Amino acid sequence: MNAPVELKERFHQVELEPKDYRDGVASFWCPGCGHNGVLTSLLRALSEIGVDPQNLVSISGIGCSSRLPYFVRSYKMHTLHGRAGPVATGAQLARPDLAVVVTGGDGDGFSIGGGHMPHMARKNVNMTYILMDNHVYGLTKGQASPTSQRVMKAATTPYGGLEEPLDPILYMLTYGATFVGQAFAGNVKLASQLIKEGMEHKGFAFINLLSHCPSFNEIDTAKTFKSSCEQLDVGHDVTDVSVAIQVVQQAKKDGRMPTGLLYKVQRPTLDERMAELVQRVGGHKDYDLRKVIDLARP
Amino acid sequence: MSLKQCEGSHAVAAAVALCRPEVICAYPISPQTHIVEGLGEMVKAGKLSPCEFINVESEFAAMSVAIGASAAGARAYTATASQGLLFMVEAVYNASGLGLPIVMTVANRAIGAPINIWNDHSDSMSQRDCGWIQLFAENNQEALDLHIQAFRLGEELSLPVMVCMDGFILTHAYERVDIPTQAQVDDYLPPFSPRQILDPSEPVSIGAMVGPEAFTEVRYLAHARQMQALELIPQHAARFRKIFGRDSGGLVRPYRCEDAETIVVALGSILGTIKDTIDEMRDEGYRIGALGIISFRPFPLAAVREVLQHANRVVILEKSLAVGIGGIVSTDVRMALSGFNLHGYTVIAGLGGRSITKSSLHKLFRQAEKDELEHLTFLDLDHNIVNRELERQKQKRRSGPIAENMLRDVVVIAARIS
Repeated sequence: MNAPVELKERFHQVELEPKDYRDGVASFWCPGCGHNGVLTSLLRALSEIGVDPQNLVSISGIGCSSRLPYFVRSYKMHTLHGRAGPVATGAQLARPDLAVVVTGGDGDGFSIGGGHMPHMARKNVNMTYILMDNHVYGLTKGQASPTSQRVMKAATTPYGGLEEPLDPILYMLTYGATFVGQAFAGNVKLASQLIKEGMEHKGFAFINLLSHCPSFNEIDTAKTFKSSCEQLDVGHDVTDVSVAIQVVQQAKKDGRMPTGLLYKVQRPTLDERMAELVQRVGGHKDYDLRKVIDLARP
Repeated sequence: MSLKQCEGSHAVAAAVALCRPEVICAYPISPQTHIVEGLGEMVKAGKLSPCEFINVESEFAAMSVAIGASAAGARAYTATASQGLLFMVEAVYNASGLGLPIVMTVANRAIGAPINIWNDHSDSMSQRDCGWIQLFAENNQEALDLHIQAFRLGEELSLPVMVCMDGFILTHAYERVDIPTQAQVDDYLPPFSPRQILDPSEPVSIGAMVGPEAFTEVRYLAHARQMQALELIPQHAARFRKIFGRDSGGLVRPYRCEDAETIVVALGSILGTIKDTIDEMRDEGYRIGALGIISFRPFPLAAVREVLQHANRVVILEKSLAVGIGGIVSTDVRMALSGFNLHGYTVIAGLGGRSITKSSLHKLFRQAEKDELEHLTFLDLDHNIVNRELERQKQKRRSGPIAENMLRDVVVIAARIS
């Protein structure tokens, strides 16, 4: 493992337009898909941060959302369903000098991959996780996801869902993420601002982007997402997790979704704690990963 | 007889519904999804009652829910494919180890990486030793029929059964199928009478830890039950014919093998193309036949030997690859032929959805007839693309990800052709 580095030192090294971060691969998303807003926001954030694409890692699992790395100039991995987070954790630990961004859907992150979410948060892995939350399984053509509203009817839930939808930001606040924000994907200004701040944040940044699916979700549309989103008060205390949880719960009662930066604190990251452990108990702090890789070569 | 033109997935959904399942659990994955969606539609239409339909958070959960339901005495069903099957593997072994007669459709699909949603048999072949009975359907009628037989067989033996059907090629193909009546299915399939059940009035524990003192014996009995299935499968196929009026299932299905010098062994839907090719070659005077294997687990060693022993050569065409040795089905066929002096050829074909065409088969079988085939052949392998990658690896240590490199080459070559 390389020693932890200040990622900020890696930023503002290049001056690139958002379009310069767009890979040449044509988008496969449906016309009008909210994920286009996520991509636009990410490209804008990358431009504002000024990260060199060669210092950027984009990792995803499976789902419509997980196609996003194809569209971003970066090192990228399209991994297994639900496993983007652990793969990204491995990449971040091996190369803490790179900016790591994970993108995934509500199914990828909170259904099949749900077991990993608390551990990335409590470990405080230094990376940014963007949940592209469209409240539906889109790639398999419209089944209920863990964030689907109960009233949503689909082929496998013809009478609507039996389960309560889960709220990703509530979970991440209680799991111990050190940065939690939420925005409507169509609000590129706020979404890109959150992504930028999340990437600049040292620690595990979780950003929930409410992204409408025009093909398979008739309940949560761009219109309903937009009208139910409510910007947090200017004076919102981002350092108190109980305040953040209370704000989210109250908004839910009122049928609203709070948007903006909900919570942000500093806590040692996983790579920092590992470095500290090595420092304290010894070990091979100077070992060279390339030499280990050489050992594995045939 | 009720003939209906429908998608393979919906034919299977209709068969499962006729079997009166009590718990269905599923997680969507292509190309299986239409099956459980079809069942969902039947629930909505009130045609599937009483039945609990549970949407779960992963395939691991799907199989685990099925285990719990089956242990509680319910007739349980699920369906999956590819990565989904691999994700549930720990629970798949658990189901067979516990002897719970769950029925699962596997809509056969390739396994990544590289990610691929198209058909081959890598998924279910990876589970050949998991203790489940594995039946392979040749067409949609057989897929429908095998599900009915699967519940009957599994429940009699207290073993789970996997019905394997080719993803997309069968699941998404529209064919005319005979959908049985409820009375026929009820006649064939008695109500589920579990050998073990979580019953408060007669408490048992299920899933005890077993040490070296009895572990081998438990596993031996699992094997013995599969050997018993070798006897039961033909009996159930005979009874099926009596009630439903058609041949379906069984251990193996020979085609024009009586005087054949060359016999092609295969599983699943490719048998249709193989039979067409054989008919054309027969017209030209070739003495060639085919042997379809329906029951892959248990593997019918004696039945396979019986058909193949009089041939001169056998071509085993399989849609899966055991990396490091070649064939998976071939290994079993060669075991069946132990002691017989036949030329044996393994052909790996159709991986990741690559078409297996009649023209390729004609060429292949003619080469086999002349004993000019390699012992391991990859049908329609593009050596140019392989060689380009090998050259790249020779030139440069950091030659990059193979799949991406090859895709780039395919695009370059395609552009040159056009």
